[in-house]
Amino acid sequence: MPKGVSWRIGLIVLFLVGSSLYLTPTLMGGKLPSWWGGLLPKDKIHLGLDLQGGTHLVLEVETPKAVEGKLDLMITDLEDTLAGKTIRSKQIVKSSLDRIAVTLYDKVSAESVAKLLKDKYPQMELSSPVEEGGFYTVALRMGEKEQQETRDKSVAQALETIRNRIDQFGVSEPVIQREGIDHIVVQLPGIKDPKRAIELIGKTARLEFKLVDEGANPAPGTSIPPEDERLTEKKIDSATGATTEIPLVLKRKTLITGDLLTDAQVRIDSQYNQPYVAIEFNSLGAKLFDQVTAANVGKRFAIVLDSTIYSAPVIRERISGGSAQISGSFTEKEAADLAIVLRAGALPAPVKIIQNVTVGPSLGQDSINKGLLAGLIGVILVVIFMTIYYKLSGLIANFGMVLNIIYLMGALAALGATLTLPGIAAIVLLIGMSVDSNVLIFERIREEMRLGKTAKAAVDAGYDKAFLTIMDSHVTTLITAAVLFQFGTGPVKGFAVSLSLGIIINLFTSLLGTKVVYDFILGRAHVKKLSI
Amino acid sequence: MELIGKTKIDFIGLRKISFVISGIIAFVGLIAIVQITRGAANMGIDFSGGTALQIKFDKPFTTDEIRKALADNGIKEVDLQEIKEGNKLLIKMRKSTGPVGKIAETIEQDFKKAIPGNNFIIESTTEIGPSIGDKLRKDTLVAIAISLLCITLYIAWRFDFKFGIGATVATLHDVLAILAVFFVMNKEVNLLLITAVLTVAGYSLTDTVVVFDRIRENLKKNSKDPLTKVFNASINEVLSRTIVTSLTVFMAAGSLWLLGGEVIHDFAFALVVGVLVGTYSSIFVASPVVVILENRAKK
Repeated sequence: MPKGVSWRIGLIVLFLVGSSLYLTPTLMGGKLPSWWGGLLPKDKIHLGLDLQGGTHLVLEVETPKAVEGKLDLMITDLEDTLAGKTIRSKQIVKSSLDRIAVTLYDKVSAESVAKLLKDKYPQMELSSPVEEGGFYTVALRMGEKEQQETRDKSVAQALETIRNRIDQFGVSEPVIQREGIDHIVVQLPGIKDPKRAIELIGKTARLEFKLVDEGANPAPGTSIPPEDERLTEKKIDSATGATTEIPLVLKRKTLITGDLLTDAQVRIDSQYNQPYVAIEFNSLGAKLFDQVTAANVGKRFAIVLDSTIYSAPVIRERISGGSAQISGSFTEKEAADLAIVLRAGALPAPVKIIQNVTVGPSLGQDSINKGLLAGLIGVILVVIFMTIYYKLSGLIANFGMVLNIIYLMGALAALGATLTLPGIAAIVLLIGMSVDSNVLIFERIREEMRLGKTAKAAVDAGYDKAFLTIMDSHVTTLITAAVLFQFGTGPVKGFAVSLSLGIIINLFTSLLGTKVVYDFILGRAHVKKLSI
Repeated sequence: MELIGKTKIDFIGLRKISFVISGIIAFVGLIAIVQITRGAANMGIDFSGGTALQIKFDKPFTTDEIRKALADNGIKEVDLQEIKEGNKLLIKMRKSTGPVGKIAETIEQDFKKAIPGNNFIIESTTEIGPSIGDKLRKDTLVAIAISLLCITLYIAWRFDFKFGIGATVATLHDVLAILAVFFVMNKEVNLLLITAVLTVAGYSLTDTVVVFDRIRENLKKNSKDPLTKVFNASINEVLSRTIVTSLTVFMAAGSLWLLGGEVIHDFAFALVVGVLVGTYSSIFVASPVVVILENRAKK
């Protein structure tokens, strides 16, 4: 046997065994024999959402709203603090997107407020009191760095909340990750009811309890006091399905928020057979609820979720113990989803869905079947052509091609890469490209034989001289594959991965894999004329 | 077996004809690029933003009744495309009329009312906000530019600068040709097409490199012969392998085109066009350009 044949065969067999091991879970369809364990690979080739069906979402977190939200919290907090210290303020407002202005009646209280603010919010930029029309205004500004941090934290927090919601909703193997500055990518493979999931994920779920201002006119278009706001209550008639919107005027001040909840569960009202959500407050929430209900017996208390009123029941008596219920006109599913978002907590800022790609499972399966069929036909055509055109040498090239496909699939499984439909296309394309290198080599060998060289010399010269050409053509394809990988997303990335892996593997099989077959045969038998 | 025996075709002499053909193709391709950048071509919603739905009906339908059902519900600017096999319909709306996540739902309800008795399932939904489309369009142009630049540099390094230009012109020609074909046939310009274009850009160089390699080899051997003779001889010598390599890829891409299903149909079509044009350009564009550059350098 010629020198170096055995280690090359060894290498080919080694890769073959490795690929087979990694491919076994995929080929067995997840049903592995009981002795298959330990260090042996267990993961199937991951299928992209375009093949297995599912939903791919890109969400944009409206981070400026997080900054505003933080300022709103500060305002509420300040109002309470000032009231606690019996300092009278004219108004506390957000004067711009990043600023709070506190207006006071006299200079002394303005100075004491400025001092208080400085101690309370050292991270904020404070401006000294300005007099205008007899009032004194102290401005508090959130610095760039602080804003940046708030935004950044809001995205991280939104990610966690969404993860919580999806976990409670129950999706197997979801992918939830941050992309760029304010984007979150959510992938839900094999999801049955994408609409419901999208609604669940996209809901901000800010739960607020506010008092109804019975003195104000709820009719739209009429003026209401500045400390009030007009929201609508949606009522759906369960018999006709018609929606009616009832405007209500509420006190702007939020008395209790959803942050104080510890639990939310769906219950069914035994009397009307209507679903409702039972909520439990933590100790602070329970205390606040107790106080508010005690002080406002007889008034209506609105339960507001994302600026829509769910219900506004009359407080009949003081409620202690920290449990309450949210009823409204919703179905059992809606109630279940409401319970999930309340348990998982509110998003720190609203999210906008900027991309939604949903593929049904039937289309995915259809794509797999057709892709495989196209690949199979491609293989058959190329095998027939090569065998007719290059005879026995064609068979060697075909052997190289089959090795190429097995290695590529093995590599995809081993690297945990995701196979997408364009990825399948790349594999089919590689069927054609993988014999190309051998075509270049065979044509060279034919030329060398025409010059009168012996079989062995012609083969060696053919491989030698074709080497650089093959190298160059592979590198150029690799360059574009790399660019595709860099800028592509989802399916395109899958294409780039399959293509670049295939090209690298092809270099190995065409230069080393097929050559060793020649070396083996020519080393053993005395071949006078090559079948080429 | 041999498909083509020894040939003696004057490829370089044919350049006047081939340059006219390529000139026309490139011109149409440039118009296509202008229209694509303006967003006036048949843009996929991944570039333009909007909504696309693929719906499978139980029974045959007419696009007229669909169009009416949509128009009755206020959706007028819409592209409808029938997929012959299996009563399928592709609906495309470039401008979003509502928030992402809602339009598909609206259409589903509209159809249930407007076309009773013909059940359907929504096989896929794609909704893309306008901000993503803009970013993608920019990224794509950058990607094409970067890959062309890298290829030029590589070829220039491996051969010399004139060959680098020849290869780039040929590659650019292939890119323009695919875009021209898609533009003329009013096929959709989407992310998959760009992927196909970049793949072809990489692949079509294979043929060019094969020819260039042989030219370089022959230039060393027969340095006294006139350039045109060396170039012609080289192209003729490697002609059969140029055609055979393209043929095998053509077989694979072709079966993908005809059998791969509707999602991948246009993508595979772009590959098929690219393989054909790439073969043509490596013979009729790349080498003649180098000859012209070499002759000019000598004068």
